[in-house]
Amino acid sequence: MSSSFTDRLLGRVRLGGLLGLAAPLLAIVFAGLVTSVILELTGNPPLETMELLADYGTQPRTIVMIINLATTYYISALAVAIGFRMNLFNIGVDGQYRLAALIAAAVGGALVLPAPLHVGVTILVAVAVGGVWASIAGLLKVTRGVSEVISTIMLNAIATGVGAWLLTTDRLAVAVSGSNNIGTKPIPPSGQFPGFDLIPGTKTQVFGFVLVAVVLGIGYHVLFNRTRFGFDLRATGRSESAAVASGVNVKKMVLLTMIISGAVAGLVGMPQLLGASYSYSLDFPTGLGFTGIAIALLGRNNPAGIAIGALLWSFLDNSSDILDLEGIPKEIVIIMQGTIVLSVIVAYELVHRYRLAAEQRRVSRQLSADASAPVEGAVA
Amino acid sequence: MEEAAISTSTSSATATEPAVELEGITKRFPGVVANRDIRLSVRRGHVHAIVGENGAGKSTLMKILYGMQRPDEGEIRVNGSPVGFRTPGDAIAAGIGMVHQHFMLADNLTVLENIILGSEPRRRGVGIDFAKARRRIKEISDAYGLGVTPDTLVEDLGVGARQRVEILKVLYRGARILILDEPTAVLVPQEVDELFDNLRGLVREGLTIIFISHKLDEVLSVADAITVIRRGTTVASVAPKDVTARQLAELMVGSELPSPETRESTVTADVALAVRNLTVRHPDGRAAVEDVSFDIHKGEVLGIAGVEGNGQAELVEAIMGMRPAEGVITLGGADVSAWPTLRRREGGIGYIPEDRHRHGLLLEAPLWENRILGHQTRKPNVKGPWIDRAGARADTQRIVDEYDVRTPGIDVDAAALSGGNQQKLIVGREMSGDPVVLIASHPTRGVDVGAQAAIWDHLRTARAAGLAVLLISADLDELIGLSDSLKVILRGRMVADVDPGDVTPERLGSAMTGARDHTPTEQLGSAATDAGEEA
Amino acid sequence: MTVSEISAAPPAPPRVRRFRLSWQVLLLGLLALFVMMSIARVVTGANDITSGGTIGAAVGLAVPIGLAALGGLWSERAGVVNIGLEGMMIIGTWCGAWGALTFGTPWAGVIAGTIGGALGGLLHALVTVTFGVDHIISGVAINILGLGVTQYLAKLVFTGMKGGGETQSPRIPPVTDVSVPGIGVPLRDLENTHLFLLSDVAGVLRGVTQNVSLFTIVAILLVPLSFYVLWRTAFGLRLRSCGERPVAAESLGVNVYYYKYLAVVISGGLAGIGGAFLAIVAAGIYREGQTGGRGFIGLAAMIFGNWRPGGLAGGALLFGYTDALQLRQGGTSVHALLLVVAMLLAAFAVYQLVQQRRNRAALISGVFAVLVFAVFALTDTVAEQFTSFTPHLTTLLVLSLASQRLRMPAADGAPYRKGQAK
Repeated sequence: MSSSFTDRLLGRVRLGGLLGLAAPLLAIVFAGLVTSVILELTGNPPLETMELLADYGTQPRTIVMIINLATTYYISALAVAIGFRMNLFNIGVDGQYRLAALIAAAVGGALVLPAPLHVGVTILVAVAVGGVWASIAGLLKVTRGVSEVISTIMLNAIATGVGAWLLTTDRLAVAVSGSNNIGTKPIPPSGQFPGFDLIPGTKTQVFGFVLVAVVLGIGYHVLFNRTRFGFDLRATGRSESAAVASGVNVKKMVLLTMIISGAVAGLVGMPQLLGASYSYSLDFPTGLGFTGIAIALLGRNNPAGIAIGALLWSFLDNSSDILDLEGIPKEIVIIMQGTIVLSVIVAYELVHRYRLAAEQRRVSRQLSADASAPVEGAVA
Repeated sequence: MEEAAISTSTSSATATEPAVELEGITKRFPGVVANRDIRLSVRRGHVHAIVGENGAGKSTLMKILYGMQRPDEGEIRVNGSPVGFRTPGDAIAAGIGMVHQHFMLADNLTVLENIILGSEPRRRGVGIDFAKARRRIKEISDAYGLGVTPDTLVEDLGVGARQRVEILKVLYRGARILILDEPTAVLVPQEVDELFDNLRGLVREGLTIIFISHKLDEVLSVADAITVIRRGTTVASVAPKDVTARQLAELMVGSELPSPETRESTVTADVALAVRNLTVRHPDGRAAVEDVSFDIHKGEVLGIAGVEGNGQAELVEAIMGMRPAEGVITLGGADVSAWPTLRRREGGIGYIPEDRHRHGLLLEAPLWENRILGHQTRKPNVKGPWIDRAGARADTQRIVDEYDVRTPGIDVDAAALSGGNQQKLIVGREMSGDPVVLIASHPTRGVDVGAQAAIWDHLRTARAAGLAVLLISADLDELIGLSDSLKVILRGRMVADVDPGDVTPERLGSAMTGARDHTPTEQLGSAATDAGEEA
Repeated sequence: MTVSEISAAPPAPPRVRRFRLSWQVLLLGLLALFVMMSIARVVTGANDITSGGTIGAAVGLAVPIGLAALGGLWSERAGVVNIGLEGMMIIGTWCGAWGALTFGTPWAGVIAGTIGGALGGLLHALVTVTFGVDHIISGVAINILGLGVTQYLAKLVFTGMKGGGETQSPRIPPVTDVSVPGIGVPLRDLENTHLFLLSDVAGVLRGVTQNVSLFTIVAILLVPLSFYVLWRTAFGLRLRSCGERPVAAESLGVNVYYYKYLAVVISGGLAGIGGAFLAIVAAGIYREGQTGGRGFIGLAAMIFGNWRPGGLAGGALLFGYTDALQLRQGGTSVHALLLVVAMLLAAFAVYQLVQQRRNRAALISGVFAVLVFAVFALTDTVAEQFTSFTPHLTTLLVLSLASQRLRMPAADGAPYRKGQAK
C-alpha cells in the first residue's frame, strides 16, 4: 500500500530540497511556453504580451490591487486547504462565502455599534453562516455517506438560489442609488475595516484585512503542525484506518474539519465587503471558491506556498486588464492559470516519484551491510 | 486464445521432458536481491511445491514466471524451448496460468465475465457470444468437477468458490501449467480438502501444477516434488517421501530455527483484562464473535489459536473499541465497554495491529510522527494541546536504539523501512506507552527471522515485568512457545482451552478445525504459519 | 456444539438482498407516479405539469444533462472520475457553434463539439492515467482551462462575425425538427380538455412526438448504444473491468492504460456533444456561461442512475423536467409538484411499514410526507429563486436517502500504476 497521489500533492508528504522548489518554477515556465505558443498561433505577439503584463502589473496602483485581491484568494485557498489536509474536497467554499457575505452584510448594515465591536460582530456572523452551511455537507457525509464533492456542488447551486431569494427588495435588499442594481443596506463607517497606505505612489489603500489573512495563515500553520488536533487531522488524511486504530474519532473530525473550512470560507467575502463595497449587491464577486481550489493546489496546502500562489493568480488577473485595451483577449490569462495548475500538479507528482525511489535506495544502501537477507519485493 | 482447454491427456513420449525449467534466474530490486541464481525443474504432470519463508523470494519468482516481472539474468524454458515473457499475456499464450493468492476477480462482475475477460468469444467480431462462453465454462467445470455457476456475481461467492473460479479462469485460457500462490492461506480445512481433490484431478489430466506454500504438512501431502527457497535462492530439491516436516523447516530457515519458548511462569493473580460475554456482529446481524469470555492476568500471555477468519480480527477490534460489541470489558477493574478507542489506549491497552500498513503506521510520515500515532495525548509527545516535537523526536531516537530499528534516521518515512523494522518500531512504540495490556495480533507476520526473535524477546521481557498480553497468531509454534495459556477460537466461539505445556502443533491444529481426539488431518499441521495479509 | 450446524465459510460475504428493479415493477412505479401527477394537476389546476410543452422542453433540457451523464458513465466505468465534464462541455459549446458556422451545417458543429470535448478528455486522461494525478484535482484544473480556452477563442473568433460579439456567436444554422404527422392537433385538443389522465397522456405523447430535433433523437440513441457497447461487447467488458479491478484485468493481459484512455476520451467527446447541443439546439447560438453547471448536474444524474445507462437517462429526465417546470409557470408548477412529493413520501412510508416492517423509518417518511403536504397546503406558489435549484435539491435528497444502495465501480477514482499486482 502506498500513499495516494493526493497525500503527496496535498502536502501531507514533504517534498524536500531544491527539487521541491524547482518543480513548480519549471512548471510555471512550461505554462508560460504553452501560453506563448497559443498566443503565437492566434496571431498575438507572446513576448510583448508578457511585457505588457509585467509593466502594468508593477505599477503602484496595480500592486495594491494585486495585494487586495490576493488577500481574498488567500483566505479562500486556506479554507479549501483545511479540507484537503484530511482528504475532504470542499468544493462548496463558493456557496459558503457568498451566503456568509450576504447575511453578514445585511447584519452589518442593520447594526449600530461602536467601531471594533461592529466589525467583530459582522465577521462573526460571516464565520457562523459559513460554518453552518458547510456543516450540512459534513453531516450528510458522516450520517448518510454522501460524497462531499457532489453535495457541496449541489449546495453551491442551492446557496445561489437562497441568496437570490434573500437579495430582493422584499427582504434584505435596497436599491443602490444611481443604478438599477440592488444590494444590502450599506455598512456604516463604524462597521468598516480601515485600510492603510503601503505602496508609495498611489492613493489606493491596501485592505486592512490583509493583516487578518496573515494571522489566519500563521494560525493555520500552528494548528496543523503544532497541535494535537492538527496531528489527528493530518493522520486521518494520511490513513483513515490508522487514525481509527490510534483512537481518532474520524466522523467527528470530518464534521469539525468541514465546519472549520466553512468558517474560514465565511471570511472570503470580508476583505471586499468591509474594505471596499460595504454592501452585498448583485455584482458582488463570485467564483472565488473555485479560484481557492486552484491556489490551494498550487501552494500544496502550505501557508507560504498558498501566499505565493495567491499573489501570482492575482497578478495575472489584475494585470490582464491591460490586454483588452491592446486588442489581445485577456482570457489568455485564464488559459495560463489553468495550464499552470495542471503542470504544477504534474510536476509535484514527478518529483515525488523520484524522491520516493531515491529515499528507498538510500535506506537500503545504508542498511545493506546489516541486512544481508534479501527482501521479497520492494520494501513497503 | 480459443483452443480447447482440456484436449485430453498428453502423449507419453513428451511426459518425461520438464514442463518448466528455470536456470540461473536473478532479480534485483533497488538495494536488494530478491532472487539469486534460482534453479528449478518441474516435471509434466507433477504437483511441484515451492516452499520458503515469508520474504524468501517465492512470490518474486512466480511473478517472473508469469511475465509480471522480468528477470535480470537467467533463462526460462517451457516445454524445452526458451521463452522471454514481457507481460502475463505472453505467459498465458505459452500455456501458463496463475491463481493469485489475492484473487484477481472483480466482485461486481459475474463469474462468466470474470472468466472470459481478455479472451472473449465473439459473435461477428463485436458482441460477446455469451451462449458459447457459458457452454465452455460448463464443459470445463464439469470435466474437473469445479461446480462453477457462470451467472452469479462473484461477490456472492465464498472463498472456496472464488478460488475455483480462478482455476477455471486459467483453464479456460488453455493453460497446461498452473501456478498456485499460497492457495490454502484463505481456506478452511474442508475447502483445502476440496482444493486438493481438484488439483489431483487436474494432474490426472496431464496438467502441471506449481504450488507455492509454507505450510509444510500440506506440501508433504499433495506434492510430487518439493523445491526449497531460502534467502532468494534454491537450496534443495527433495521428494516428499524422503523428508519430514521438521527437516523441511530446517531447510527453509537454515540451521537457526528460532524458538519462541518462554521459561518459567510469571503469571500473577491480578486480572488485568477481563472480557465477559462479548458478542460482535457483522452489519448484517450475523455474529462474528459470540459470547466470548476470558481473563488475562498480569504477567500472562493468553494465546488465541484459530484458523484465520474465525473472529479473531473482530475480537481484537472490539477490545480496542474500533467496532461496536455487546458484553463487558474490564481493564484493571474499570468497566471500559463504553469507552472510545482513545480512552482505552490511555487506560493502558497497547495494540500491535495485524495489518501494520493499514492500522499501525502512517506510511508517508516520518518515524517520529509515527511515534506519536496512538499516543497523541500522552507524554513525551504532547504538552497540553500542543505537540512536543522535541520530546517526540528524542523518544523516537530512544525506540530506534533500544529496539534496533534499522534506519538512517528518524526523519525517514516509515514506508522506506523494511517490514521487520516497521514492526519493531510499532512494538517499541506500543511498549513505550506503559501498557497494562498488550493486544498483539500476528506480531511477527511477514518479518525476517532476526526481527522475529527480537520481537519475541521484547514480549518475554515485558511479560516478566507484569504485562498482560493477548496474543493472536497463525504461527502455532509462536503461540505454543510464548503463551501461558491458550484458547481456541472457532466460528467466533471459544471452543477449547489448551495447556501450551503439553500440546503439539498437530493437536492444536485439529482443535482449531473442530475435529477432536483423532489423528489430525493432513492439511493442518505444524508449521501452519500464514502469509496471508488481510485482503 | 456440533460442527454440522454451521457452515464453515469464514468470510462468507453478507448476503444482502439486492433490490433488483424488474421491468414490471418499474412500469408499475412509473404508472403510479403518472397517476399521482395527474391527480396533482387536477387538484391544483397547474396544467403545465404534464402539458406537451413542458414535456417537450423537459426532453430538450434532459439531453445535454444526459450526454454529460453518459460521459461520466464511460469514464467512471473505466475507473476515472471525471469532474472535468463541465469544462469539456464548455469547450463543446464553442466548438459546436464554430463548426456549424464555419461549415454551414449544424452537423459539422456536432462533430467539432465531439472533437473539442474529446481533446479535453485526452488531457484529463494524460494527467490522471499517465501522471497519476488525483482525478478530482485534474478535473478542477480542466474546468478552469476549458473555460479560459473557450472564452479566449470566442473573443478571438466571434467578435469579428456579423451578429457575434465577445461573449456570443451569431445565429447557428438549426437542426431539422421532426414530428409524427397527423396527431399533433388532435392531441393538443385532447390536452386542452384537461381530463383526468387522458389529457396527461395526450400531453406526454405530444411532447415526445412533435417538433423533436433530429439531434435529440441521435442523442437519445446514444444511451442504448452505450449500454450495448459497455455491457455486450468484449471492448466494454474490458473497459468495465478496468473500473472494477484493474489488476485483475492486467493479469489477464488487458492493457488497462489503453482502455482508460479511450474511455476518458469518449467521455470527453460525449460531454462535448452535450455542449454542442446546448449551442446548436437549445440556444441556437454560443453564449458565455450557457452550460450553467450542467456538467456537474450530469455527474449527479449518473450517480442518481447508479452508474447505469437506463438509470442515468431517468435521472437526466428528472432534472430536465424540473428545469422545464421553471420555464412553464415555475412557481405554480413546482408548488403542484409538492403534492406529488407528499404522495410519494406517503406511499414510501406505507411500503416501509408493510413490506419492510421498519416502523421507525416509516414514521420518519410519514412525518416528512405530512410536512411537505403542510407546506403545500399553506402556500400558493414557490418562489422562483427556489425553483431554480429544484434539481440540485432533488439530487441532494436522493443521495442522502439512497447513497448506501448505490454501487459505484469498485476502483473508481483509485490511482492505478502498471505492475501493482501482488
